[in-house]
Amino acid sequence: MPTLVYVEDHKGEPVNGSLGVLSKAAKLGDDVAAVLCGSGVEGLAEHVGKYGAARVLVADDPALEAPLPQPRVDVLAKLVKSEGFDTVLFGASVLTADVAAGLAARLDAGLNWDLIDLEEQDGKLVGKRPALQDSVLLDVGWKSEPRLALIRSGTFEPVESGGAAEVTKVPVEVEDWSKQAVMLERAHEESEGPSIEDAEVIVAGGRGLGKPENFSLVEGLAKALGGAVAATRAVVDAGWYPYASQVGQTGKTVAPKLYIACGISGAIQHKVGMQGSGTIVAINKDPNAPIFEYSDLGVVGDVHEIVPKLTELVKAKRGG
Amino acid sequence: MKEVPDASAPKRMDPHTFRLDRSVPGALNDFDTHALEEALRIGEQEGDGEVVALLMGPPKAADSLRKALAVGADRAVHVADDALVGSDLIATSRTLAKAIERESPDLVVFGQQAADSDGAVLWAAVADRLRLPIISQAASLELADGKAKVKRQTEYGYDVIEAPLPCVVAVSDAINEPRYPSLKGIMGAKKKPQDSVTTADLGLGSEEVGETGSRTEVYAVGEPPPRGESRRIEDNGDAAEAILEYLAEKKLI
Ligand SMILES: Cc1cc2nc3c(=O)[nH]c(=O)nc-3n(C[C@H](O)[C@H](O)[C@H](O)COP(=O)(O)OP(=O)(O)OC[C@H]3O[C@@H](n4cnc5c(N)ncnc54)[C@H](O)[C@@H]3O)c2cc1C
Ligand SMILES: Nc1ncnc2c1ncn2[C@@H]1O[C@H](COP(=O)(O)O)[C@@H](O)[C@H]1O
Repeated sequence: MPTLVYVEDHKGEPVNGSLGVLSKAAKLGDDVAAVLCGSGVEGLAEHVGKYGAARVLVADDPALEAPLPQPRVDVLAKLVKSEGFDTVLFGASVLTADVAAGLAARLDAGLNWDLIDLEEQDGKLVGKRPALQDSVLLDVGWKSEPRLALIRSGTFEPVESGGAAEVTKVPVEVEDWSKQAVMLERAHEESEGPSIEDAEVIVAGGRGLGKPENFSLVEGLAKALGGAVAATRAVVDAGWYPYASQVGQTGKTVAPKLYIACGISGAIQHKVGMQGSGTIVAINKDPNAPIFEYSDLGVVGDVHEIVPKLTELVKAKRGG
Repeated sequence: MKEVPDASAPKRMDPHTFRLDRSVPGALNDFDTHALEEALRIGEQEGDGEVVALLMGPPKAADSLRKALAVGADRAVHVADDALVGSDLIATSRTLAKAIERESPDLVVFGQQAADSDGAVLWAAVADRLRLPIISQAASLELADGKAKVKRQTEYGYDVIEAPLPCVVAVSDAINEPRYPSLKGIMGAKKKPQDSVTTADLGLGSEEVGETGSRTEVYAVGEPPPRGESRRIEDNGDAAEAILEYLAEKKLI
């Protein structure tokens, strides 16, 4: 099972999600190669080699400078064909989701996404995919090779297994249409705001708050509880709250003792950032909101009514 | 745009086919109303922009397309064919790419994800087949000088990406506030052109789509790892008290 693991990099380091997938692949088989795609990434190869790869392939070219998917599809498509990889694995991210799906189309290959485990059953590769808001767990597979998979972020921890990988440079040829999207500004970090990762209590607000000013409700409750404020991507993208406070796949991963979700639907991409919380309380007016599937206490009601009252009650209790 | 099971409908996997049971009431995928809104906004800005709503799905999904027409789309194309049942990413992207090619649009807008599959990947497969640039997760979209400029969030902050038209853009659900259909819109929807297209019309053989054209499969449907007990209350004016009691009981306060 010659397997290729795509290793994403950021600021001169391989990202943990990719290394975790690499470690997992190495546990499943010996014939594992990692591929780095970027500009000036050759120096990362040795480090990547410590996570179980027999080989590290390096596509190092200025055309791969910006983290855009299409040039990477061009590189990987050639590589998978010339080296005969039958499995290609990605740790899911904004970048790799688009790389994997583009590659699937290019190679006419099956792609399974959001996997939380991979195992071999009777010589067959089987992926575990939670579906329908994680209410069922599917065993999924591939009808042909190559088999492509996106692993849910945060699923596998990187494990250093030592050893040195053979490092090889691979050719980079990029199609015309793949060069058309250009990065004008990159990873502009809007990191203003308090750190939420160490908070024991988090009160999070979503679009159900109705308008940016209503974040004061969430702030009031957080203050009364001595906790921090978090937000969903929907309200961060809309400019209601700073990116530094965002919880989820493209935001922070938090695990406070108490997480109170106010007006948050509970999308999978939000869940992956807070499911490790000790106790989850959700207030949402829609009884069908997915967040209720994984909250310890689900409250069907209006945040505008409940949150101010709760804040007063908490103040009274903690004050007295 | 996709039709997905209505949020209030019980969702389940068919125990025999391992496919999502689509016999329950359907609704237009909420995430796609943001894609439509963005297309309408751009159409209005350009003055003469025509907006076409494209949906692949069973015959009953025509209701969702009619909603798109009521909201403001000028025309609808419904790719419906029994042969399409069971299509995965590969088969779906093949079909949609053919349907999009027939329209040769200046801009293709996707939603953020299908609420029933949570893939959030289809656009990249379609763009590769069309050999068009793709920008995903757009939190804002501007068209000027024949180019699309997008601001989008990644794990590291915000990127600004530009691509010449024609291109494919997948929008975040925060990009806009979708409008609702007016009564006039609802009445007028019936008069707008709504084409039904088969795989043969798209030049696709039945083996290229549906289950035979797919490259992935589902072997089994199982239970997720169990969660601890979970309590549910409805607010009758005393929810705040109930939450406080719960927090006290759990020694969280
Ligand atoms: C690649 C990718 C990465 C992503 N990364 C993240 C991430 O890091 N973090 C993240 O959060 N999301 C992320 N998302 C987006 C995610 O899919 C959802 O779109 C987002 O989490 C929705 O935010 P929300 O719950 O605030 O808004 P909505 O989904 O609009 O939910 C609002 C909720 O508020 C409820 N409500 C409305 N009014 C009231 C009221 N008066 N009282 C009580 N409840 C009310 C509604 O019933 C609804 O359930 C990502 C998506 C993708 C595709
Ligand atoms: N059957 C379909 N017909 C038309 N568009 C679709 C269909 N399925 C998905 N889409 C589009 O692709 C986006 C992403 O879908 P997915 O990758 O399946 O989560 C959706 O938001 C829609 O814009």
